[in-house]
Amino acid sequence: MYSRTYKAGVTIPPLLWVTSFLLVPYAILFCYSFWSVSSLQVVVHNWNLQNYAQLFRNPLYLIVLLRSIRIAGAVTLLALLLGYPLAYYLSFHAAKRKDLLYQLVIIPLWASYLVRGYAWKTILGSDGVLNGFLQYLHITHRPVEFFLYSPFAVILTLTHIYTPFTFLPVYASLEHVPRNLVEASHDLGASPLSTFLRVILPLSLPGILAGATFAFVLTLGDFLAPLLVGGPSGIMISNIVVSLFGAAYNWPLGAAISFCMLLLVVTLLFVTERLEKRFTIS
Amino acid sequence: MSAVPSSAREEQRSADALLSIQKVEKRFSKRAVLCGISLDVAPGEFLTILGESGSGKTTLLRLIAGFEQLDGGEIWMGSERLDEIPAYRRQVNTVFQSYALFPHLSVFENVAYGLRAKNAPRNEIPDRVTQALAMVKMSEFTQSAPSRLSGGQQQRVALARALVNRPRVLLLDEPLSALDANLRRQMQTELKSLQREVGITFIFVTHDQEEAMALSDRIALLRSGRLEQVAEPREIYGHPRTAYVAQFIGQTNLLRAEVRDGTATSGSIAWPAPGPSGPAMFSLRPESIRLASVASASPSGTSANFHGRIRNQTFGGAMDLVEIDCGNSQAIRARVPSPGTLSGQQNFEFNAGDAVRVQEGSET
Repeated sequence: MYSRTYKAGVTIPPLLWVTSFLLVPYAILFCYSFWSVSSLQVVVHNWNLQNYAQLFRNPLYLIVLLRSIRIAGAVTLLALLLGYPLAYYLSFHAAKRKDLLYQLVIIPLWASYLVRGYAWKTILGSDGVLNGFLQYLHITHRPVEFFLYSPFAVILTLTHIYTPFTFLPVYASLEHVPRNLVEASHDLGASPLSTFLRVILPLSLPGILAGATFAFVLTLGDFLAPLLVGGPSGIMISNIVVSLFGAAYNWPLGAAISFCMLLLVVTLLFVTERLEKRFTIS
Repeated sequence: MSAVPSSAREEQRSADALLSIQKVEKRFSKRAVLCGISLDVAPGEFLTILGESGSGKTTLLRLIAGFEQLDGGEIWMGSERLDEIPAYRRQVNTVFQSYALFPHLSVFENVAYGLRAKNAPRNEIPDRVTQALAMVKMSEFTQSAPSRLSGGQQQRVALARALVNRPRVLLLDEPLSALDANLRRQMQTELKSLQREVGITFIFVTHDQEEAMALSDRIALLRSGRLEQVAEPREIYGHPRTAYVAQFIGQTNLLRAEVRDGTATSGSIAWPAPGPSGPAMFSLRPESIRLASVASASPSGTSANFHGRIRNQTFGGAMDLVEIDCGNSQAIRARVPSPGTLSGQQNFEFNAGDAVRVQEGSET
């Protein structure tokens, strides 16, 4: 039995933290989303649903939101396609190289996000490494503009940045697949491919879900990569929020978009957590 | 070694062997785990590989199943070279120590797994699964998740999952070691009758010598990667080849004796012993020793008498274990029908034939 002081001591600090840095700001955000901006650029506390109505009336927001979801979906898919085989190889076949390879996957996480973003800028730009290489090989004669400032560049950059986040939970779930189940499957006559499809893949589903959630949610809320390499066609929903809170000075509309995003992400997290629980077998 | 034509090798195998293990070697990094194991298994046989932990018994099983690669030697099943085909193509199934049931599949799907993997006709699967589950008395748990089952029930499902494939050899890796004593005895009985019923060859790995004796047609006793003795339970118990076997299987007294002119002498005890003269080691089971009346002091041709002081007596229900001090360095243990409390000097006797000459073997 723990004393009451002990219990209070361990519960109150995190509770205070969550309240003051999460709940209160969200509440303020929520309030803002019902206010509006006067012609004098002052936020007026007249409660209404104008901001939410505007979100659905102006197709721009929906278009950008759908684009963000598409980009997030593409990044998720690519991160899984890259992360899963890597995690599978490390967990099942890397043997002695396991620790080294694991560190190599983790090390990029220690480099600043900005550095990695700028790196892609120098690779993809019109006088960048990639274009220089292509011209050197005479594959192209003029720099290809398409590489930089496009959704493609955003997807590439974010895939690079978030693949380790997908890799980690997938790797953890693969490490938890009991090896004697793999042996049992072979023993019962299932080929390695069949064993993968019928035992390893189903048992690593929780990791896939967790990794996919990471990549999707982090990409959906990203605004730096579109800013650095996205260009006008690569704008994502968070860039709109940033500009609404900044140059456009329309905090209420920005708050309304933020709140919709928050709702979307929380729903997503709720659903994937339920799914993960369903696929996790004790 | 590889110069020997394969037809010549086949001749080496006894004609009626189902599984033939020949000079099998296995090393882990540089440590030798199995050093030249040769063993033939007959069809329908219940063979137990018995040994302490680290003796290599599980490794031998894993080599037959195909989870490990040989470093030398060959394994044959009939006319097929078993060690050259992958685990999933061998007509061998395993019951794992930890059961290894697929946690994401129901009991039914676990049992059907092997049939589906080998593309058994779809309409046959339900019947065969139902039959297999009935055989292990698990019919009512068809749709359960494995995690809902007790250890004993999981064991039964694991057995059904293996047997449903009708393997030519069933490998069992200490399948009962996780069960409590009562359940264990019950499963032993069921396992034995199941094996008779299905007629499949069982290769059973255990460290429990009582279990080995209760179940097996033959026991192969493994020690540090070498076969110490392969024999029927009665034979291995009654005529252990080495001191190690005598000590490992049941309890025994090891008597260091000097044999001369057909008589063995160990301290104050002497008994008729045929065979070559010189120093020898004998194994004498505690239950071979009887309490003797003082009168029968004259040694007959077939029995030996000795007397000693009772050092210790342990009550054991019907039989008591008595430690007798005969002036030798070691005490002699006898298992005698509960005689009430013994004390002081007592007379004992045993049949000379029960003192079995054993090889000392290298103490490694």
